[in-house]
Amino acid sequence: MEKRKRIPARFQVGDRVEVLDLKLEGHIRTPSYIRGKAGTVIQFCGFFLNPEDLSVGNTSGPVYPLYRVSFAMNSLWPGYERSEDDELCIEIYDHWLNPPES
Amino acid sequence: MTDKHHHEHKHDDHAPLVEEDDAGNLEGQQITDALQALLIRKGLLSAGEVTLEIQNIEAPGTHLGAKIVARAWTDDNYRQRLLANGKDGASELGIKVGEAQLEVVENTPDIHNLVVCTLCSCYPRSILGQPPSWYISKAYRARAVREPGAILEEFGLVLPKGKKIRLHDSNADLRYLVLPERPPGTETLSEQQLAELVTRDSMIGVATAAPPGSSHV
Repeated sequence: MEKRKRIPARFQVGDRVEVLDLKLEGHIRTPSYIRGKAGTVIQFCGFFLNPEDLSVGNTSGPVYPLYRVSFAMNSLWPGYERSEDDELCIEIYDHWLNPPES
Repeated sequence: MTDKHHHEHKHDDHAPLVEEDDAGNLEGQQITDALQALLIRKGLLSAGEVTLEIQNIEAPGTHLGAKIVARAWTDDNYRQRLLANGKDGASELGIKVGEAQLEVVENTPDIHNLVVCTLCSCYPRSILGQPPSWYISKAYRARAVREPGAILEEFGLVLPKGKKIRLHDSNADLRYLVLPERPPGTETLSEQQLAELVTRDSMIGVATAAPPGSSHV
């Protein structure tokens, strides 16, 4: 049996990343409110099958790196009413991230 | 089922708002029932298997999460192992976690954790059972990531000034359990008595654990 392909991890804990707004259709696990936002990788979660593949019955696709990324709440919402220290952590797959545009 | 018919005007003008069958089932339920009946008729599934699976899904409850929290409160080494790997930590207590990974997030004097699944209703079901209806409501899922302070106040939780909120959107493969702060005045309680103070809402993050002597159970 062929070994499952693994998409290489491009990021590590501490990296600044930006969430892409990929124009993909189907089952997407990257909510629209986080697209285009910049955050920091806080955890490498491991390699997982892509829900975008699984939702159409493709169980033989590659595994993708999954990260937990932290965002400042006041960078997500204009006029955020609470503390500037509040943060939101969310899981993002590698192909939805890029290094930030400098 | 309504018969198909032709009109000059738009069908929307007199179509029912929601299609229901004689038993009052909505369309999604009708499709599910039909699929289940077909799978059973073709011998791919038995009714007994469905019943057993429902029982398995409904068997876990908040007592499992509470047991984990009470152990973490009383055993600091266990707490650290649990924070490093939630699934292994649960397994140490004989609790099987069915989800891919369990992330235990700890409340401290400086940080309050809150869990939401904006996309659907991801929740650590194998250790907390089924989520409450408010957790899967669109209102909670939309507002928790936008105005968590207001949400907590609506649940009756006012955080001390300067305490930061850390939100977790449970959108992919991890499931989250909040480890609430141990209430003061509980130093003499047994692990079992401590577990009784750990509420479901405190493990989601919309409440703190109950104070000793409270009658929430």
